[in-house]
Amino acid sequence: MKPEPEYTPTELLACVASKMLEDKKSVFVGTGLPMVAAMLAQRTHAPHLLIIFEAGGMGPQVPVLPISVGDSRTFHKAVAASSMHDVMSLSQGGYLDYGFLGAAMIDAYGNINTTVIGDHDPPKVRLPGSGGANDLGSFCWRTIIIMRQDVNRFVERVNFITTPGYLDGPGAREKAGLPQDTGPYRVITQLAVYDFDEETTRLRLMALHPGITVEEVQNNSGFEIIIPRKVGVTEPPTPEERRLLHEIDPTGMAIGK
Amino acid sequence: METLVEGQGELIGWHDPDENRKWVRENKPRDLRDKRMSVKKAVSRFVHDGDFIAMGGFGHIRVSMAAIYEIVRQKKQNLVMAGKTAVHDIDILIGAGCVSKVEVAYCFAHELRGLSPAGRRAVESGRCQVIAETSNAGYQWRFLAAMMGLPFIPSRNLLGTDTLKYSSAKVVKDPLSGKPICLIPAAYPDVAFFHVPRCDIYGNAQIDGTIIEDFELARAARRVVITTEKIIDNEVIRAQPHLTVIPFFVVDAVCEVPYGSHPCQMPYLYFFDEEHIGEWLQLSKTEEGTKEYLQKYVYSVDDFAGYLELVGGEEKLAYLARVERLEEPMKAPWLKKEKR
Repeated sequence: MKPEPEYTPTELLACVASKMLEDKKSVFVGTGLPMVAAMLAQRTHAPHLLIIFEAGGMGPQVPVLPISVGDSRTFHKAVAASSMHDVMSLSQGGYLDYGFLGAAMIDAYGNINTTVIGDHDPPKVRLPGSGGANDLGSFCWRTIIIMRQDVNRFVERVNFITTPGYLDGPGAREKAGLPQDTGPYRVITQLAVYDFDEETTRLRLMALHPGITVEEVQNNSGFEIIIPRKVGVTEPPTPEERRLLHEIDPTGMAIGK
Repeated sequence: METLVEGQGELIGWHDPDENRKWVRENKPRDLRDKRMSVKKAVSRFVHDGDFIAMGGFGHIRVSMAAIYEIVRQKKQNLVMAGKTAVHDIDILIGAGCVSKVEVAYCFAHELRGLSPAGRRAVESGRCQVIAETSNAGYQWRFLAAMMGLPFIPSRNLLGTDTLKYSSAKVVKDPLSGKPICLIPAAYPDVAFFHVPRCDIYGNAQIDGTIIEDFELARAARRVVITTEKIIDNEVIRAQPHLTVIPFFVVDAVCEVPYGSHPCQMPYLYFFDEEHIGEWLQLSKTEEGTKEYLQKYVYSVDDFAGYLELVGGEEKLAYLARVERLEEPMKAPWLKKEKR
């Protein structure tokens, strides 16, 4: 029998995501777990992480998990409370190193759907739409996606591309006119961490979370994931990281109780 | 210029730049006039059935809920709404049956609180139609093009996606770089509402905190209504003119409404009333519940002051001010519900 882990899958997700953010770089942060991960990074290995929110918050020291990417926590002790035009323009101009997104559905090329399930008019299930995600996924140098993985969320082709991944393969982003050398960088789920194969721009396994097998990863995907010869294992959250997570999100909005 | 891709979304709120210049010349006085009026009068004068409307702020941050409730109370119909990150504002209007069409950047959800039952039910049943998709930058730049008096603004987002296919944008080959470039059409809403912390009687409005896209939207909309926490003297504006975000000559009405963003957040002044938003999210799961909410909080009161009494009056508002200042933790009934 497997021993009960000391941490929840969501805590693990947040900690692994957090470690991907480098100190002294800029990150454009979306709602929910991306916020938690960026805040954790700022409190641990990346104190000089420049956090940017789409509604205009620049360089804040976020005191407690915001409910919205526009609420006043996103410009608490910030260097600027600016505007969306400013943030989006700076992103388009190349100032944003990382984009940090949640997603409902992703495909083998890292394209994201957060718009509809089924037809567009009227939809079977209507989701919120792009918000700032299309902009973030178009403009940031590297996009990191945090999401739950199962066969319905990991699909060969999303029925609606809300936010561009590698579209339909190598060179497609540039051909469409998107900024050069941008695109999805990592996908983090409750099972594993993925990157993208340079040749095919398809999703590739990078590291498994502790106790997870390659079979579990494949069984929870609607498409075949590229499995390299060498697969890493992620580091579990430390007690200190877990304490910080609950300090960041005391009500458990994103991280759970 | 060769058109490479043409979005199929309905183009709303676009005017030929010369037509809009002419409209501005004839309809926007350049002198200082006392524009104070009640929200009731501002809504009846400036919102017409079928109008294209937009709200300043960020869907549930610094939005003019006083105006939203008044639009509901006056039973405006068939409005087309800018879903430029529309959250609680559009949810109430859709729930009340005021909005029949929406152009979506972000809609039908409450960020960390989860999806909106009322908005989703309306759009999934076809009662409210999504006429176009875009992104937050996409919407914001529609207003930028409009305020600049341009037919469109070029951009490098939306490209390659279905968001583009369902938008009103077009892609052409840029004659300078030779690369495909997206052309985002201007949008001039018929009317836009803004809630601000302070404004003078003429409409000079100052904002604390992020201004989101209010700078552009206020200059793009044909009619602009300001609701303000308080009206201040023109001399106060002139003492710190660098804080003015919206100048008087784009403004048509000024309404003094303390706590006018409740139950949404007003940066530095009051936090979201999560208990009230939670009540709406719970009740709006059914049509009956939606009607019950609107009857209790909108139709049964004459104005916003009556509503504030119903939601807990001074005691509640003082608590929300403490939460905003991080002096007290928030209480949120939706946290006990199932995870999103």
